[in-house]
Amino acid sequence: MSTPSLTAPKQPLFSRLPVVSHLRKSVGLQRGMLMVGVVLSGLFLLTSIFAPLLAPYGYSQLSDASGSFPTQQAPGAKHLLGTTVGGYDVLSRVLWGSQTAVTVIIVSVAMSLFLGVALGLLSGYFGGWLDRILVVVADAIYAFPTLLLAIVISIVISRGQSSFWGGIFSCAFSITVVFVPQYFRVIRAETIRLKAEPFVESAKVLGASSLRIIGRHIFKNATRTLPLMFTLNASEAILTLAGLGFLGFGIEPTSAAEWGFDLNKALADTSSGIWWTGVFPGIAIVLTVLGLTLVGESINDLNDPRIRGRKRAGATKSPATPTASEAGKP
Amino acid sequence: MTTVIEVPEAEPGIVAPRSKSKAGGGLGKYIVIRFFLIIPTVFILVTLVFFLMRVIGDPITAAQGGRLPPDVLAQRIHDAGYDRPVLIQYFEYLGQLITGNFGTTITDRRPVVEVLTTFGAATLELSINALIVALAVGIPFGLIAAQHRDKSSDAVLRFFAILCYATPVFFSGLLLKLTFSVWLGWFPVAGRASTRTELTMSSLGAPSGIYWLDALRSGNFAALGDVTSHAVLPAVALGLLTAGVFLRLVRTNVIGTLGKDYIEAGRSRGVSEFRLVTKHAYKPALIPIITVMGLQIALMLGGAILTETTFEWKGLGYQLVQYLNARDFVAVQGIVVLLAIIVAVTNFIVDIIAALIDPRVRY
Repeated sequence: MSTPSLTAPKQPLFSRLPVVSHLRKSVGLQRGMLMVGVVLSGLFLLTSIFAPLLAPYGYSQLSDASGSFPTQQAPGAKHLLGTTVGGYDVLSRVLWGSQTAVTVIIVSVAMSLFLGVALGLLSGYFGGWLDRILVVVADAIYAFPTLLLAIVISIVISRGQSSFWGGIFSCAFSITVVFVPQYFRVIRAETIRLKAEPFVESAKVLGASSLRIIGRHIFKNATRTLPLMFTLNASEAILTLAGLGFLGFGIEPTSAAEWGFDLNKALADTSSGIWWTGVFPGIAIVLTVLGLTLVGESINDLNDPRIRGRKRAGATKSPATPTASEAGKP
Repeated sequence: MTTVIEVPEAEPGIVAPRSKSKAGGGLGKYIVIRFFLIIPTVFILVTLVFFLMRVIGDPITAAQGGRLPPDVLAQRIHDAGYDRPVLIQYFEYLGQLITGNFGTTITDRRPVVEVLTTFGAATLELSINALIVALAVGIPFGLIAAQHRDKSSDAVLRFFAILCYATPVFFSGLLLKLTFSVWLGWFPVAGRASTRTELTMSSLGAPSGIYWLDALRSGNFAALGDVTSHAVLPAVALGLLTAGVFLRLVRTNVIGTLGKDYIEAGRSRGVSEFRLVTKHAYKPALIPIITVMGLQIALMLGGAILTETTFEWKGLGYQLVQYLNARDFVAVQGIVVLLAIIVAVTNFIVDIIAALIDPRVRY
């Protein structure tokens, strides 16, 4: 996986992008899984962007011109997916929920990326007592049940429920604390490996400052696994957000739509046979996580020559893909 | 966990004489070192949780703030010692922990240890049931997927594994409840047992708290049936979450070992493909599963909180959520710290088991 990129002719930027390049080297089943994942994730993103246009009503809307919405109404013409016990339109809340999910993913992954990468680079490059302390702390947090940690953090930040941005940030920050150790570990391990590489030594000999070595030589090489971690963590972020919402630590229904919260409210409906309040937000979670996971898993498998689907000889002409032929070895 | 896995990369030339001189002492030394690694882990988590919980103020104001007149509140805070400097409280708290005192809940004034002994058994029972489901589903399906690699059955099973992971346990629980309790009426909707069985259970002498064990011991088969029917849906909901992880792990590892030379040698000698998978490739693939099981315990505890809330399964997780809603942060802190210790100790045990099975782990 490492050296061929030095000799192979450079391909245009588009085909070197993470998902695109993986799509090109995938075959058969794996390509199918990756494509399904890309489509689902794309739908999720589009829904979140166009939620205001797609949703028939607002997420906290309880009435329209013809009067207030009925409660617990079965799916029908006016409310395609029915209404909840509080009188919200289920379809609207499901669509708006994607916006909340995307916001939390972006905020949490951006924060954990920044913190995790920065700490990992510093810790791996300089070593010493800072490194030792950070490793022990990261290991301790890593071994702890993520949901419990997220609960504690969200108590600290918002004491439970709060406004849209307050809720978003408390969820996002809880998720960040859980993820930072993971990014930290990966980046630190890579940094330690790269530190011993000849190109870092020669940069040192040339008199480059530590900042320049870290920022220019190590950073670019150490962050290669990040697309994979991003997709896997994005799906985990959604599950954590939904879990927090389900336990009542989410965002109040008047400030935003959140799938986990809706499922919590739907739980009481199930015993009377009301299925539409819970099933649709649940399906939204599953499809979103499924899409992101399929993308992540496929990238992971394609990066691992042991697992990657083997291209049959002659099936593709594979002009400049030395990695594919390398993987073809049994 | 990784500290253990990374170790075996030592030069054989250096290791060989050393292991000869300390024959038999390797495992004991490993256990001792691994045991002392628990302490910093627990210490850091305790410190983290303590200071985080103090950032938001004292627990008594949080729990009873609006309901008590200010002077009574101040008196309570003073009596409990929450008006002293935080550092003094911290060291006192550490001292209490060492003597096994995890504090007393504010809302119902019970020692946290008692809460654990009362509700811990239910959580343990749920976790064991779920683990059985996870292993029973994950390992055979993982083997099938590995054997039929890249065929349609493999595709279906892999998709199933990802679906297991992608479905939050409270949603799968909700679906199971809707289908099997409400529509089909096969299983009860919620709880650990029907009211009558609960009464029989509580009248037993020295109950273990694990209902099926108690029912079996007292020879009460009606109760056993009742308890089992209550246990099925929660166990499936939580078990499927982990089953997906096991399935993928078994598949990946068996495929990895199937590429090894000794498998090729076996194949050339005419050993059947089925036997190769079940007999030769399966065992080495199990070692990573045991290691991952340790990490799964942490995941399962998180899942157990959600499962217990979904099915009103009165265990530690259910109780934790009750305390959270009551804003009883002493109870929350106590339970969280206890769970941290449980996770650390189980990880320790799992590492020891891994070392017993695979000598390479214990350098």
